[in-house]
This record gives sequence, structure tokens and C-alpha cells, in this order.
Amino acid sequence: MNQIKSYHISSRPKATIKLGLPISALICYLSLSLMALFYIAPIVYMVVSSLKPDSRVLTDGGSILAFIPVEGSLRNFQDVFRRVSFGRVMFNSMFITGMIMVCGLVVNALAGYALARLQWRGREVVLTFILALMIIPFETIAVPLFYQVSIIGWRDSYHVQIIPFIADAFSIYLFYSFFIGMPRELEEAARIDGAGPWRTLLYIIVPLARPVFATVAILTFLMRWGSYLWPLMVTTGETYRPLPVAMAAFENQVKLWGDIMAFGVMMVAPILIVFLLFQGWFVKGVAASGTGQKQ
Amino acid sequence: MITMTKVQAKTPQKLKTQSRSQASDERTAWIMAAPAFLGLLLFIAAPFIIAIFFAFTNYRLGSPLPLDFVAFQQFVRIFSDEAFQQALVNNSLFALFIVPLQCAIALGLALLINRPLKGMVLFRTLFFMPVIFPMALVAIVWELIYAPGANGILNAFLSTVTLGYWQPLDFLHHPDLALPAIMILSLWQGVGFQMIIMLAGLQSIPQTFYEAAAIDGANRWQQLIHITLPQMKNTIIFVALVTSILAFRLFDQIWILTQGGPNRATTTIIFETVRAVFKRQDVARGSAMSVVFFLVVLAVTLLQRRISRQEREIR
Repeated sequence: MNQIKSYHISSRPKATIKLGLPISALICYLSLSLMALFYIAPIVYMVVSSLKPDSRVLTDGGSILAFIPVEGSLRNFQDVFRRVSFGRVMFNSMFITGMIMVCGLVVNALAGYALARLQWRGREVVLTFILALMIIPFETIAVPLFYQVSIIGWRDSYHVQIIPFIADAFSIYLFYSFFIGMPRELEEAARIDGAGPWRTLLYIIVPLARPVFATVAILTFLMRWGSYLWPLMVTTGETYRPLPVAMAAFENQVKLWGDIMAFGVMMVAPILIVFLLFQGWFVKGVAASGTGQKQ
Repeated sequence: MITMTKVQAKTPQKLKTQSRSQASDERTAWIMAAPAFLGLLLFIAAPFIIAIFFAFTNYRLGSPLPLDFVAFQQFVRIFSDEAFQQALVNNSLFALFIVPLQCAIALGLALLINRPLKGMVLFRTLFFMPVIFPMALVAIVWELIYAPGANGILNAFLSTVTLGYWQPLDFLHHPDLALPAIMILSLWQGVGFQMIIMLAGLQSIPQTFYEAAAIDGANRWQQLIHITLPQMKNTIIFVALVTSILAFRLFDQIWILTQGGPNRATTTIIFETVRAVFKRQDVARGSAMSVVFFLVVLAVTLLQRRISRQEREIR
């Protein structure tokens, strides 16, 4: 009992873990492992199926063979490249998401800074306007936006998937609340030395505000990378299609589970590597999205 | 911030520099804010107003009929449409099950992972991983998992666990199981996100609270009930809000896996909206549905704000 308490109280994870783990820790590990199984099984199943001849994928589902790459080969992967221009689709997704991230960081950070640090008439109104827009989910405006872009002939292109998503109310809000919480002294020193707002922002604020840039970048990525509804509405062919729409189309078209899973593995692999390298940043970014909006 | 400038403005010498820099500040500020402001105006505010406008018209893409105001007719029509009624029911059912379930699992996982034991980062990474998987991919992988017949992996698993009593089912084409099947795959993909927010909430509770409780002799369970849960109230409300809004946004999985079927068992508000525009070119009808969807989201948000405000007042 004593030992259990000491685990909970101490803030340091150093609390001696000896060979005999307390029962509560064992229960903790056990339940986490069960949950981990539920999480790992679909991923392993996907990867293993991608390596198998298509005929085996469905028949092996009935036994433990589902998790063993019998007759494993990379043929499905070659198949994917033969059937669709996978490189193009991957490029589309990366280009669209990347452009939204880069342009979004610049545009939204500038707005956040102007709102947090500069004195101007209309500041309060614009701030209220932006906070109010945060509540509108994309699905509300998908139909009229589709109508708008159809009228100006933007459908089936890169810019129709990029430009509407650059300015983002929540990103501005995150920048705004970060900037407003920064100590003013540094900036004031720079301003007294004659630096204008642009220089101050670039040389004083930006280097200190890396965490919020990382948060916004990661949240933008998570929001945009998997987006399905909008590209489904505006793209008509393979040329400008991003990965999720291309994968669903691929599934409809080939009906071969081995190939479909190979497509899935290739689609997620590069991002998975990035995620595993920077997973601490991802976690911090998501955590900030919660605490950011709570105030 | 505003008070600060007022204090400075009182000293006459500073007044001049202040006003000069303020004039240039004014211009710079507008230049800085303009791109974002224009973007939001054109791509969020404008379509939002257009949605409300079209909801009261008979507008159809390519229709020969002239644009006409029909007052609340579109709303009357969609609310008497059985498919849309079913969509509202399905979204509500989805929210009713998924919100408590996902909050509980997210909180449970966060509580476990927050313990100072070895290997917790590994578990955290694993549970968070599906968040970076596009929903389209998750849906398709789970379609294979839900494969009908004895060789479907989930059917085979359930058959093994029940020692052969389980009769293989076609989950995604079964009127009673299709929606729960969608719930499970959505949970699998989304719970990691909520878990991280819960974890951040747990870690912001001052450690001293627990120390004081331990001195008073409170055991683990009592600490959970009397410290952790009350301290987590706002975080839990926030997560519940986000999850309910997600439940009403349900679309990708439906479009890819069931197309609203079988027999409307999985149709949703957004699915009906997209169908109205895609299949019938009926922008007015789709806009009316979008407006209903927005009102639902607004109601949920206001409810959440109200609950958390009351919470603050009590304290």
C-alpha cells in the first residue's frame, strides 16, 4: 500500500521499480497491453496483407496466418505503380498540404501579431470577427464554397485545394494568444533602437515563438493531410487528386485487397516516419489545441 | 495592453513619438492582417452567408427555373424527408454512444499513461499513431477487417473467442451492426487525439493537491474522485464538445464504406447534404441542410460554454 502511494505522489518517475512490480502497476500494464493489441492488430494486418498475393489475403483472414506474411513479396507494390501514377498522387498530397502549411504559417502569424501587438482602429472588430468564425465547421460552407469555385472556374486544380484553407481562424487565435503572452520588454527595446514592426517580428518574435509555429504547423497538417470531402467534391481526375481520394477510387477500381493494402502502406509510411521522429512535437501540438481553446 | 498606452500617453514627450509610430503602426497592422482577413472573408464568411441565402431559395445548378425565394419551404421539405430524419437520428445515436465512450476511454488511457512507469511513451505513441492515418485509409483497412464470412478476420476472431458459437456476419451490410461498426473504426482512429488532451489536463493538476490528500490519508480511489475528476471537469467538457461536433460531421467513412446503407442505417446529415448537391445538383437543399447542421453545432457549443461557465461561477 505504502509503495503504491509513493508512486502516485512522487512527480519523478524515478520511484524505484524493483523486480516485483506492485499489483496496480501490473494491472496498468495489462490493460494498456490489451488496448495496444487492439491498436496494433489492424496495422500489422494491413502491412502483412500488402505483402501477400491477393488470393491469400481473404482466405488467410480465418486463421492466425492473417498476421504471417506467407508467400511474401513486393509484387503488390509494383502493381500499384503499374495501375496508378502513385508518385503523382503522393506529390499532390504533399504539395497541397505543404503549401497550406507554409502559406498558413506566414499569413496567420502576421495576423496574430497585428492583433496582439499593434495598435490600430478596427482591431477589436477584426478580433471578434475571427473568434466568431472559429465556430463555423468546414462542412457548413462546403456547398456554397463549391458553388463559388465552380463559378470562377477553379475546379480540379491545385489552388482550389490550397487557397481557401490558408487563412485559418483557429491558427490566428493560437498565434494571437501566444504573442499576447510574451513579455513586451524585448520588443520595446528593439522598437526604441529604431526597428519597425516587420523587423521586430522577424528578428525578435519569430525566433522566440518557435513552439507556436510548430503547434500550428502540426495541427494544420493533421487537419489537411487526411481531408476527403473537399477534394472529393472538386477533383474530377487523377491529375490533382490527393491520396485519400485516390485510395478510395483505387479501391473501387481494382478490388484486389493485396494491392489496396500496398497502396495504404505506401500512403502512410513516409508520414509515419516523420511522426515517429517528431512525435514529441505532435503530442505538444495536440495538447496545445486543447488548452488553447479552453480559455 | 490598452491601459499601458494610456499611461504612456500622459507624458507629453512620449505623446509625439507615440502618435507618429501609431500612424505607421496602423498601416503596417492592416497590411499584416489583410491577407488572413481577406481569406477568411472570402472563403468562410462569404460562403456562410451564401449558404443562408440559398437555403431560402429554390436554386439548382443548371436549372432552367428562375431563382426564387421560397421562405422556409426547403426546411419544411428536408424535415419531412425520411432520409434526412433518419440522418438526424443516426448522427444523434452516433454522438450518444461515441461521446461517453470515447471520453471514458481517452480519460482511462490518459490516467494509465500518466503513471510514472517505464514504457509509457511507447504506449502513448502507439495510441496516437492512427490520428495521422487519413480516415479514408482507416475505413478501407477496417472494411477488410469486417469482411463477411468465416474468413473475415473479425468474424474468425469472434468465432475463436466464443468457441465456435459465433455465426459469421456481414457487419457493414447488417442494418443493426453497420452504425456500431462505423463507431468502432472511428473510435480507433480518434481516441488518441482526445487522450493527449486529457493527458495535458491531468498534467496541469498541481502535484501538491495529491500530496495534501495523501497526508490526509486519501487513497488512490478517493484521490481520483475528489481531486482528479473535479479538476478535469473543463477538459472533459471540452473533449465531449469536440467529440460531439465530430459525431455530427461524420462523412468520410460513410461515403467510402456504406453510402448511407443498408436501408439508410448509416446515413448522416453531411452525407445527405453532399448527395443533394452531387446527385441532384440541388444547391438550395444542400444549403438548407448545411444551415441545420450549423445550428446543431452551434447548440452543442453554446451548451458546452454554458456548462463550463456555471462551473467557474460555482468555484
